[in-house]
Amino acid sequence: MIAGPGIIVMVADNDAGGITTYAATGAKYGYSLLWFLLLLGPIAYFIQEMTVRIAVVTKKGHAEAIFYAFGSFWGWFSVLDLVLTNWLTMITEFIGMTAALSIFGIHPVVTVIICWVIMGAMIIQGRYWTWEKIALFLCLVNLIYVPAAFLINPPVGEILRHTFIPSLPPGGITSNLLFLLMANVGTTIAPWMIYFQQSTVVDKGMKERDLLFSRVDTFIGSILTVIVAIFLIVVTGTLLYGVDVTSAADAAIKLMPINRYVGAFVAIGLFDAGLLGAICISLASSWAFGEVFGWAHSLNNKIREAPWFYAYYFFTLLLAGTVVLIPGAPLVLITLFVQVVATTLLPASLIFLIIILNNEELMGKYKNSLWQNIINIIIVLGLIMLSTGYSISILFPEIIKSG
Amino acid sequence: MPEIKKTFFNFLGIVKSIKEINEKYKHPKINMTRFTSILLMFLRSYLIFILLLLLYKFISVAMD
Repeated sequence: MIAGPGIIVMVADNDAGGITTYAATGAKYGYSLLWFLLLLGPIAYFIQEMTVRIAVVTKKGHAEAIFYAFGSFWGWFSVLDLVLTNWLTMITEFIGMTAALSIFGIHPVVTVIICWVIMGAMIIQGRYWTWEKIALFLCLVNLIYVPAAFLINPPVGEILRHTFIPSLPPGGITSNLLFLLMANVGTTIAPWMIYFQQSTVVDKGMKERDLLFSRVDTFIGSILTVIVAIFLIVVTGTLLYGVDVTSAADAAIKLMPINRYVGAFVAIGLFDAGLLGAICISLASSWAFGEVFGWAHSLNNKIREAPWFYAYYFFTLLLAGTVVLIPGAPLVLITLFVQVVATTLLPASLIFLIIILNNEELMGKYKNSLWQNIINIIIVLGLIMLSTGYSISILFPEIIKSG
Repeated sequence: MPEIKKTFFNFLGIVKSIKEINEKYKHPKINMTRFTSILLMFLRSYLIFILLLLLYKFISVAMD
């Protein structure tokens, strides 16, 4: 089955941090930013399609491709970037999962242990296909926000207007708006996604003849990721607009008295998002280290065949799960800031992608066209401008009001 | 003591692996022009600067 890596990476991209970001976006700005989420879908597709092309042509995961193409200095720089952002993002996944199940009365320690067991069991059997089928099932559960939105009968005309006609929310450009825009970008296009999809395509053994189907897989995934984002924003934008929502779990709790099914769906969706995100991010790191250090690094390997691959996987699970249990940790703040960190570091990853994809010796007939280069450079410049705008709002708060 | 020796030799093993990796990828496949390398380094430095600003904001908000 060709479908898999693209759908999984795109839907997993709506991880716990993403769900929190969307919930907060809807509560703060209602439907005003739906058009922005629609815009992120094609951008995510463009970026992920590049990683698929590199994977099927070079047969290398992203970490190995960076080392191979640019040498060890840039290679280590990229890998350390990945380790930092992935570790932080893993923490947010566990934050989301513990918060979600706390709503149903399950203690965070129990949730962390359950997650460790599920995530361990998924990979321990040593077959990529089994892992993929389970991951695709989790992707299906991630669509739970669609029925949630239908349950509340939102104003469809107003939603469509905000989705297809760009506009600024009341209050104009403020540092809070820039922060949330960056968080939305960072959750839709994250560095780990580049590593994950490229490594998955290689691990799955896909070839150049599979490129078309892989593009369709990625395209479908990009649609699904936007659907989940939009429907969740519709839910919180309809029922919690103007309410101070600090996290997705907070949104679920506040939704319960209004409509307990919608509240429950949001909580279940948050747990699923965290689990899917955690599975993918920990694998992205394990694959990256395996590629660089030359360890056996395939889900088709049993534990004794690839001990370091699985050891790193379990290490990241244990470390992230433990941090979440530290009393007094500012978990919600961490969740939102991690998305912003991901956005900030993304341009550097994209530049490497663009350079590789313009090298005819490496990519042959699959190198970037002029239009692809133009679009990619616009995306990179847009990301840098967004990060710069937010930095200006921090350094010179009198220029951009906080709002 | 045996545990410390074992950890030390494992650490040396990782150091050896890193040296081997650096040697393996000593000659990059893509030769970037000096201008591109400098631009990339500038971009990285600029992004790290923004990251440090974010960290400052995070700490100040967390402490409020």
